[in-house]
Amino acid sequence: MSSVLEVEGLATSFPMERGRVAVVDGVDLCLARGETLALVGESGCGKSVTALSILRLVPKPGRIEAGRVRLGGREIQGLPVTEMRRVRGREISMIFQEPQTSLNPVVRVGAQVVEAIRLHERGSREAARARALELFERVRIPDAAERLDAYPHELSGGLKQRVVIAMALAAHPKVLVADEPTTALDVTIQAQILELLRELQRELGMAILLITHDLGVVNELADRVAVMYAGRIVEAGTRAEVLGQPRHPYTQALLRSMPALAKRGERLAEIPGTVPWPGNWPAGCRFSTRCPRVMDVCRAREPEATRLSPTHTARCFAVAQELAT
Amino acid sequence: MQAWLISNLVAGALFAGGIALGVAVRRNRLWREATGELARRRPVALGVIALFVGVALLDSVAWVGGVEAGEDVVAVLEAQSVIDRAFLGFQEKSYSAPFASAEFYGGARLAHPGRHPLGTDILGRDVLYLTLKGARVALLIGGLTSLITIPLALLFGVSAGYFGGRIDDVVFFVMSTLASMPGLLLLIALIMAMGRSTLSVCIALAVTGWVGFCRLARGETLKLRELDYVQAARALGVSEPRIILRHILPNLMHLVVVTFVLMFSGLVLSEAILSWLGIGVDGSWGQMIDRARDELSRDPIIWWNLSAAGAALFVLLLAVNFVGDAVRDILDPRTLRENL
Repeated sequence: MSSVLEVEGLATSFPMERGRVAVVDGVDLCLARGETLALVGESGCGKSVTALSILRLVPKPGRIEAGRVRLGGREIQGLPVTEMRRVRGREISMIFQEPQTSLNPVVRVGAQVVEAIRLHERGSREAARARALELFERVRIPDAAERLDAYPHELSGGLKQRVVIAMALAAHPKVLVADEPTTALDVTIQAQILELLRELQRELGMAILLITHDLGVVNELADRVAVMYAGRIVEAGTRAEVLGQPRHPYTQALLRSMPALAKRGERLAEIPGTVPWPGNWPAGCRFSTRCPRVMDVCRAREPEATRLSPTHTARCFAVAQELAT
Repeated sequence: MQAWLISNLVAGALFAGGIALGVAVRRNRLWREATGELARRRPVALGVIALFVGVALLDSVAWVGGVEAGEDVVAVLEAQSVIDRAFLGFQEKSYSAPFASAEFYGGARLAHPGRHPLGTDILGRDVLYLTLKGARVALLIGGLTSLITIPLALLFGVSAGYFGGRIDDVVFFVMSTLASMPGLLLLIALIMAMGRSTLSVCIALAVTGWVGFCRLARGETLKLRELDYVQAARALGVSEPRIILRHILPNLMHLVVVTFVLMFSGLVLSEAILSWLGIGVDGSWGQMIDRARDELSRDPIIWWNLSAAGAALFVLLLAVNFVGDAVRDILDPRTLRENL
């Protein structure tokens, strides 16, 4: 399988009260051309930091401690800053959660897209504007020519998110990182944006790393799923494997807590407790404090990833035991 | 003959700069709408300010003309601006009440009876003339000081807020040091050290006045730096200087405008206080007020000097503050969406 993005052993730390703590700890990801990988997890599990680490945009005082990121076969973790700037936008691009704040409020949206185009392409302002118009049409903005001259506050949330996507696509990136692209939108608009992402992926053949906590969105868009808990990937596999036959107790609990799967009149299943704060992670398996199937070994050692199928892995002693027997 | 040339060039440059600014504002829809709204809300105050600006510009345009027969040569050579020329020869010998036809003390006949709407001062100078001359000084103090203060504060504030770390430490140390000294003492010391001139008063006011706006710019930059569109710009590969120029600074402009307008009145008032202490700028309203202090104890009282300077100061500052309030309402980010 030819992968455009390979992440190996990525670790990013932030200073906490008791020294630096790896908020993302040994994450491995792999993304093939034209594929969508969903990175799923609760708030604070390290999804967004993973994404920012891949682009080397971790805000200070965070620091990438270890790991390799290969983009189109090229290692980018060691690249000099100016070189890295050229990689961003052109090879890997990112869209953010809040379309309300993802656009500069005092610059016309067309000018912002033109700026994104001219960053990576030589050519006249007119050519860039024509390209911007084309991009606006590609992301299905109605009355695209007029909307180029609009200010962000004159557009609705859904339109703003389309503009953000147009900006991210300006330099034909091979990989698009979408950090909760639909969370801030209302439900009907969410469906439209997901549909748009799917179409764009089909037309442009780019890979999408989708970061979300919404399993519904995962089901809509993802080819493969990686579930994150407390800085580690606990289960990974194809959509059918992870959502259909989840093996890790955390994934199982996560799926049980989905309102869509609950029976009417029954109390919605929940996972007891909250994600422990980075630095307060238990010894052994990090889920051991909330796990319904916890064993003595879970509190003593951290489980390795167990391979369940060529594409499916889970990091759990119980799963490993089942497999062995 | 160099002085008049420089003066005319400066006036011309100011005029051209004003027009360029106007064109730039007209071309940007956000600013056009904001200025349109301002004109709708505060037409009178804007008119008053325009009047003062007009007088100040007239006072800056040098009148180059030969000495005509019968004219007082010394007076003509001293009279450099259009305003100076207009009031040339309106000299009396001593105090005259407004519109009086005889001197206030003694009752000797005036050289120009009934031609002094605001009277004359102890040296027989027309008070209307002195008041009009004061407009230029006031605008110069407010404008020049702001022109020094705001770029300085933006430079330090934005770089401290954006880059943080060591730069932030240094800027914050300088700010705290300046803020910990009593402002007036520092002001007096600086003016004494640099010598009394308009420029040194402006520089002294700028040095003591930039801290407030610098802190504001730093705080706002800290906030903007973390916003998604700055993050998004980084994710698209935009360089740091470009992010500052295109994404940080334009989003600070509303603060700059509001600060400029509100700072302006404070500066003009500070100058009046400095004049009262005897270290102000020559020809300012503050100086007129200072001189008029003793006149209040005369009998009969000389009231027109103090009233003219005080009223001019009051009217200008009231207009500026009215405009400033309106500008703040219009540009306040919290009300920005409703207004534009």
